[in-house]
Amino acid sequence: MNRRVPRDFVSCIAGETLFKYAYVFMNFGGPLMARTGRRLAALVTFLVTVAACGSTTPAPVVATDVGITSTGILIGNTNALSGVAAAYGTISNASNAYYTYINNQGGINGRKITYKILDDVYNPANTVTLTKQLVEQDQVFAIFGGLGTQDQTSVRDYMNAQKVPQIFVYTGATTWGLDYTQHNYTLGWIPSYQAESHIYAKDILANHPNAKIGVLYQNDDYGLDYLKGLTDGLGAAASTMIVDKEIYDVTAASPAAQITKLAQKADTLFLFTTPTFTVKSLVVVTALHWEPNIYLNSVSNPRTTMGAASKAGAALKNVTSIAYLKDPTDPQWANDAGMTLYKTVIALCSTCDANNGFNISGVAAAYTMVDVLKKAGTNLTRRNVMDIAATQLNENNPFTLPGVVVKTSANDHFPISQMQVETWSGTGWTLQGSLIDVRGTIK
Amino acid sequence: MLQRIRNAPTRYGLVVVVIILLLGLPTVISSFQAGEWAQALILAIAIMGLNILVGYSGQLSLGHGAFMALGAYTSAILAHRYKVDYLLTIPIAGLLTGIAGFLFGVPALRLSALYLALATFALAVVTPSLIKRPVGLTNGVQGIILLPPDPPQLAKDAFTIVTGRAMTSDQWTYYVTLAFAFVLFWLAWNLVRHRAGRAMRAIRDGEVAAAASGVNIAGYKTLAFGISALYAGIAGSLYGMSTGFVNPDTFPFSLSIQLLVGAVIGGLASIPGPLIGGIFAYFLPIYSNQWVPTQTWIPSQIASAVEKAGPAVTYGALLIVIMIFAPNGIVGLITGSYARLRRRLRGAVDRESGQAPPESQTA
Amino acid sequence: MQEFMQQVVSGIAIGGIFASLALALVLIYNAMGLVNFAQGEMAMMATFIAFTLIDRGVSYWIAFPATLLIAFAGGVAIQRVVIRPVERAPVLTLVIVTLGLAALVNGMAGFIYGYLPRAFPSPFPVVTVNVLGVFVSYRDLGVIAVSGVVLLAIYLLLQRTTIGLTMRAAAHHPEASRLLGVNVSWMLALGWGLASAVGAVSGIMAAPILFLEPNMMQTVIIYAFAAAVLGGVDSPLGAVIGGLIVGVTVNLAGAYIPFVGGDLQLAVALAIIITVLVLKPNGLFGRPSVRRV
Repeated sequence: MNRRVPRDFVSCIAGETLFKYAYVFMNFGGPLMARTGRRLAALVTFLVTVAACGSTTPAPVVATDVGITSTGILIGNTNALSGVAAAYGTISNASNAYYTYINNQGGINGRKITYKILDDVYNPANTVTLTKQLVEQDQVFAIFGGLGTQDQTSVRDYMNAQKVPQIFVYTGATTWGLDYTQHNYTLGWIPSYQAESHIYAKDILANHPNAKIGVLYQNDDYGLDYLKGLTDGLGAAASTMIVDKEIYDVTAASPAAQITKLAQKADTLFLFTTPTFTVKSLVVVTALHWEPNIYLNSVSNPRTTMGAASKAGAALKNVTSIAYLKDPTDPQWANDAGMTLYKTVIALCSTCDANNGFNISGVAAAYTMVDVLKKAGTNLTRRNVMDIAATQLNENNPFTLPGVVVKTSANDHFPISQMQVETWSGTGWTLQGSLIDVRGTIK
Repeated sequence: MLQRIRNAPTRYGLVVVVIILLLGLPTVISSFQAGEWAQALILAIAIMGLNILVGYSGQLSLGHGAFMALGAYTSAILAHRYKVDYLLTIPIAGLLTGIAGFLFGVPALRLSALYLALATFALAVVTPSLIKRPVGLTNGVQGIILLPPDPPQLAKDAFTIVTGRAMTSDQWTYYVTLAFAFVLFWLAWNLVRHRAGRAMRAIRDGEVAAAASGVNIAGYKTLAFGISALYAGIAGSLYGMSTGFVNPDTFPFSLSIQLLVGAVIGGLASIPGPLIGGIFAYFLPIYSNQWVPTQTWIPSQIASAVEKAGPAVTYGALLIVIMIFAPNGIVGLITGSYARLRRRLRGAVDRESGQAPPESQTA
Repeated sequence: MQEFMQQVVSGIAIGGIFASLALALVLIYNAMGLVNFAQGEMAMMATFIAFTLIDRGVSYWIAFPATLLIAFAGGVAIQRVVIRPVERAPVLTLVIVTLGLAALVNGMAGFIYGYLPRAFPSPFPVVTVNVLGVFVSYRDLGVIAVSGVVLLAIYLLLQRTTIGLTMRAAAHHPEASRLLGVNVSWMLALGWGLASAVGAVSGIMAAPILFLEPNMMQTVIIYAFAAAVLGGVDSPLGAVIGGLIVGVTVNLAGAYIPFVGGDLQLAVALAIIITVLVLKPNGLFGRPSVRRV
C-alpha cells in the first residue's frame, strides 16, 4: 500500500508543534520573554499554524495515493472521440459534466476531480500508448470508463501489473465481472451483454416459444458476446430455435444481403448491431415487407437512433429491447428528481445532446465513481477504492430505473444486473412488466 | 586512419552523432518516453522498407500495414502457441513476410502505378477482416496478448551500471528495436549504393530505358517488394513486442497511410528520411492535438475548438502545410536549402574569380 | 430463385451508390491523373451542408442545387489553395495532400455535427414495390437514375462542348495546351469543382440509405475505387457499370459463397480489383495507355 503524506500536512503538523512549544514556553518560560514579545510570538505561531493547516481544524491522518493531492483527484480516460466508433465519444464528455457539477459543489471532501480524456480512435495500439502516458507521465489515480472491449483488454494486464484501477470500464464484455479475481484492478459497470441476452432468451421462451430466430451480429467481441448470451440463455432450445445466424463486418456498406437471407427462414430477428448498422437493418427489413419480431440490443436503442430509422422509412413494428436507465425523452420522468438532476448536469457539457441516451449513462457511471470516492473517505488509496467498487457497492443511482441497485459483493462483480424489457410504441419506448434480475446467472 | 576520418564527408560524422544520441536516449528520458521512441523507431524501420519500394524502385504501396500485421501475427503465434523465444521470432517473421511480399510482387508486376496503389489500398482495408477469420490460429477478434519481454540479466546490469536505475521492459524494447534499426538501415544503405540499388533507381526513372539496358525489371521489382515486406514484417513483430498485444484492430487501414505519410514527409529515396519520417509519423498524430492548447500565442477560442475537434483536424492541416513547404520531404528541404546555401556561398566566391558554381548533385 | 433475384436487386441498389461516387473519382482522374482520396469526405461534407440548409427550413429542391454550387465553389477553392502549391511536386506529395485533406474534412465534420447517424430526406418515395416476388425500392432506382443523368451530363460536357475539350486537353497534354493559350491551372480547378459537385450529388443520393454521419463515405469509397478500376479509371461509363457489377458481386458472394460470408464482403471487392487488373489492366472500358519512351 502506498502511504504518501502530503507536504502541507507536514507543515501543518510542524506549525501545530511549534504552536504547542510556543504555548508551553510562553506560559512557563517565565520572565525571560517580555510581554509584547510573548504576544508577538504567540501571534506568529498562530498565524503559521493557520496558514499551514487552513481554516479547518487539523485533519486526521489521511492515506492517499498517486494522483491524489490535498486539493485534487486526477482521473484518466481513453475513448473513441473520432473515427468509426466516435458516436460513443460523448459518453466521456457527459461523465466530465457530472464531475464538473460535483466540483462546483465543493468536490469530494474538498478535492476537485480533474478528468483527462484522450482519444484512442478505437485502436488498441493507441489505447496502450495513451494509457501508459496517463499512468506513467500524468500519474493518474485511476482510469475510469475506458471504452472499447479490445481497447481495454489490451491494457488490462498492464494496469493490473502497475496496480492502477481500470475502473468502471465502459463495455459490456462479460470478462470484466467474470475474471475479477485474476485481475482485481479491473471492473466493469454497464450490464454485461450476455446478461442482456439472457433476458431476451427468457422473454422469448415465455412469450414466443415457437419462434424461428435469425441473428445478425457484428464481427467482433461485442456481437459474439451477445450471441453467446442468447445461445446459453435458450439452453437446449437454442439449436432448434435459432434457424440462421448472419455475420457482418463494419467495413460492409449495407447489411442487405444478410437481412435478405434471414428473411427467408426466420420470423424473429435479433440485431446485435451497432447504431449505424441497426438503422440500416431496420430500413431493409421494412423494404423487404418483412414483419418479424425484432429484438434490439441496448447499445443501439437510444430514441435518437430509432427516430433516424423511422424518418428513413423503417416501420419499427414489434421491436423489443431492454433498459436499465431512465430515458431522457420519456415523459414519465419529466418531473423525476433524478431526471431533473440529469438535465442540470448535462447542461454543463456544451457538446452533449441532452436527449441522447448515451449521455445519461455517462452521467450515471460518473455518479457511481463519485459515490465510491466518497465512501473511501480518508482511505483514498487505489486498493481501497477497488475493493469498495468491486465488493462493497450498494447504491441507489438517481439515473437508473427505480429499483435498479448498483451492487457488488465478494462473489459478484457485476455492478448492474437488473434490466427491464421495453417495447417500441411508435413514438417512444414503453417499459413492460417489472425489473428482471439476472444476478448470478453468468458463470 | 586519422587521415581517412578527416577526409570522410561530414555526413558520416552526423551519422555517428545520431547513433550516439539514440544509444544514450533512454538514460535521460523516462521509461514511458523510451517506449514512445521505440514505437517511432519501429515505424522508421517499416518506412525504410516502404522507401525501398516507393522511393528507390518507384512502385507505390498503400498496404504496408498488412505486411506489418503479418509479421506481428507470425511472431505472436510462434511465441504464444509454440513458446518460441520472442527475439528469435523476429527474424523468422521478417523472413516469412519477405517471402509473402515477394510473392505479392509477382502479380503486382502487371499493375501500373495507380492500380497498384489501389490494389494495395484495398489489401490494407481488408486486412483486419482477414485476420479475424482463422480464429483457431489468430484468436480472431480477441487478439493475442503477449507477455512484456523481460530484459536479460546482462542488459539489466549494464543499464543499472550506467544509469543507476533498473531497466524496464519499455527500455529493453527500445534497445532491441534500435539494434534491428541499425542493422536494417545499414543493409539498406549498402543495397542502395550497390548494383541492386542502381538497378532499382534505373527502373524508377525510366522503365523502358532500363529494360533496353538489360536490367532484369521483373526480378528487381519483385525483389524490392520482398525486401520492403521483410522490413515491414520485422517492424510488425517489434510492434507486437512494444504494444504487448496483437489484434485485428491494431492494424487498421490508417496504419498503412501513416507509413506512406512518414515516408513522404521524411523524404523519399534517402536513408535518413525514414528515420525522420518515423518520428513524425509517430509523434504528430498523438501530440499535435495535445500540443495546441499549451501554446499561448494561439487565441483560446481557436485552441479549445481545435482541441475539441480531435487529432484528425490538426494532423490533416499539418500534413498539408508540411507538404506545401517541403514537397520533397524534410530531407529534401534540408538538402535543398544546404545546396542553395553552398551555391550562394560559392557563387559569391566565384563571382570574383569569374567561374560558375558547379551544379549540386542529387543522390 | 426469388431470394437470388432479391439479392441481385439489392446488389444493384447499393451498386448505384458506388457508381455515383466512382463517377466523381473518374472525373478527378480525368482532370489531373490522380486519385483524390478526399473525394468521399468532400462528398460527405457537401451532404452535411445540404442537411444544414434543409434543417433550417430551406426546401429540398432549393437546397440541392445550392449545395451543388457550394460544392463546386469548394472544389475550386481547394484546388487553388491546397493543390496548386504542390502542382509541380512529385505525385506522391499530392497524394499525401489529399490524405491530409481527407483527415481534416472528416475531423471537422465530426466536430461540427457529431457522430450520430441522421436520417436524410430523399426526393423519391420510401415505398418498395413487389415486382414478381422481388421487392424493389423507388429510392434505390432513383439513385441509379440520377447517376445515369449525371453520367449523361458529364458525357455531354466533356465530349460535346468546347470547355470539355479544353479540360481534356489540359489534363492529357498540359504543355501543348499551354502553348495554345489554355490556362491549364484554371482548367484543373474547373475539374476539381466539377468532381466536387458530382461527389455532392452522390452524397445527397446516398445519405438517405447510408445515414448521414462523418464516416458515411469511408466504406463506400473503397467499393467506389473497385468500381472505377473495374470500369476503367478514365471512363465515366465504366464507372457506372463497374459500380453496378461490384454491388451485385459483393452481395451475391456474401450471400452464397460459404467461405466468403457476410464479413468478407470487402475482401471480395479486393479480389475483383486484383483479378480484373491482372486480366485486363485497363479495366473493362478503359483506353489502353501507351507508354512513350
